Amino acid sequence: MQSIQFPAKFDFLDEIRDFVGRIARAGGFGSKEVYSIQLATDEAASNIIEHAYEGINNGVLEISCGMQGSAIKIVLVDHGEPFDPSEVPMPDLKADLSERKIGGLGIFLMRKLMDEVHYDSQPGKNSNTLTMIKRKR
Amino acid sequence: MEITVQEFKHCDMITIKGRVDSATAPQLAQALETANDAGKYKLVVNMRELEYMSSAGFRALLAAQRNSKRYNRGEVVLAVVPERIGEALELAGFTELFKTFDDPLSAVGHF
Repeated sequence: MQSIQFPAKFDFLDEIRDFVGRIARAGGFGSKEVYSIQLATDEAASNIIEHAYEGINNGVLEISCGMQGSAIKIVLVDHGEPFDPSEVPMPDLKADLSERKIGGLGIFLMRKLMDEVHYDSQPGKNSNTLTMIKRKR
Repeated sequence: MEITVQEFKHCDMITIKGRVDSATAPQLAQALETANDAGKYKLVVNMRELEYMSSAGFRALLAAQRNSKRYNRGEVVLAVVPERIGEALELAGFTELFKTFDDPLSAVGHF
């Protein structure tokens, strides 16, 4: 696993996508799956920056990424407020335009694009860990 | 990300180039709002040179669609949606909310 610490700012999303995209491509994922992995990681990181680090300017987001057999594993660790994506209700994709909820979409995409999404919060350690796995088809 | 706006007789075309994520989506939202604020509710979003769009961009499109369609005064349509972005829009259930066109001019001709 390679690890990089990023400032928890939206301006670094480009670099975050490049980081996981490089590893996914080298690991043999095709372009459609690489895009999915980059999108899921972007959504996860965006949520952490927006919610876990809400109002915090100097947060750090550590991302580890590597291949494990034929799967890619991405681990995002932050030290902000606990934010469990599984507690966010799924958006109603059948709702018409006026009723369509604006939130929850990123988390929904993460779950659809990846095979596994786990969240673990350790309040005593002030550390939240989001783990995502995608297997090659 | 770069945004250019081109005015046609019956609609405006907003061309997005590059990548739309949480960092750049506010710029897209602003461009769409500016059009709406100027009374432009018939909008073509040209994605020919769009490389990437996260849900932050989808939300900007949804807000503009909602505002544009109010009182039947217009709508936002999408032109030349790249394959990967189309797949993500589909996954998000957005494809029913926007008409899509394979080329910009047929989108303009729709209005």
